[in-house]
Amino acid sequence: MSAARRTVGVVGELLITAGVVVLLFVAYQLVWTNIAADRAANIQTDNLEQKWGGRTPDDPEFDLPLKNGAAFALLRIPRLGDNYRVPIVEGVSLDDLAQGVGHYPETALPGQIGNFSVAGHRATNGEPFAYLDQVDVGDDVFVETGTTWYTYEVTKEYIVEPTQVGVILPVPNEPGAVPRRRLMTLTTCNPRWDSYQRLIFHAKLVDELPKGEGRPAALGGEG
Amino acid sequence: MYGWVWSHLPGPTAVRVVVALLLFIAVVAVLFRWVFPWVEPRLPFTDVTVDESAAASPLRTLA
Repeated sequence: MSAARRTVGVVGELLITAGVVVLLFVAYQLVWTNIAADRAANIQTDNLEQKWGGRTPDDPEFDLPLKNGAAFALLRIPRLGDNYRVPIVEGVSLDDLAQGVGHYPETALPGQIGNFSVAGHRATNGEPFAYLDQVDVGDDVFVETGTTWYTYEVTKEYIVEPTQVGVILPVPNEPGAVPRRRLMTLTTCNPRWDSYQRLIFHAKLVDELPKGEGRPAALGGEG
Repeated sequence: MYGWVWSHLPGPTAVRVVVALLLFIAVVAVLFRWVFPWVEPRLPFTDVTVDESAAASPLRTLA
């Protein structure tokens, strides 16, 4: 075989190899990261419920300071399904976001005055916010902690630049303003398969229910 | 390239097939465990937070 033919053969094999590697990456990104993230989220949820099961009335609602990468609340959005339940993990690093939705550490906690802000993947890595665009103004978003069910109602949906950090300020988009309301903000990427914008939802606290008094009616009521 | 690898695998054809499969699985494992997790943050799918340093990804034009 001539050197030229051999070279062409090797180049061809390299190109085929590159194609296979790209396909493998697609499988990794679209399938594997979701499998791994769902498993991690289930572990987070189980750990949290186990912890809540063992709590006494004197225990604080949150173990402060919150531990990075550990879940401290559960998020339910009935619009995204009756069984939609995602752990809310402290932190918004990629590791944190691969285990649920992530809480921006500098923002308020559930139920507090200020702006309880979370981020979630819209594609891959469990993609808890894959269909967040289907949520409408007026929809309920529930946050369950060790002691309380918080009901937030979506008040606003809009799209911003990725650098617009004002959306998670205590009073959204008003630097320095003194917060008086109890808000929640959800952020994810937009459009779904890219990241040049962010999809933002603001919500306001409309109800809080101690867990001893059952579940919110929209979640089936009772205990 | 693969012909060279094949000719350097030991044993009869059946053994070579098994060894080749194991080699392939090992390569896939290295890709999934180390290479792809390294590549992933450099692609645009995983940016979901608002961040002052949300630098433009070199691949952000990817649809």
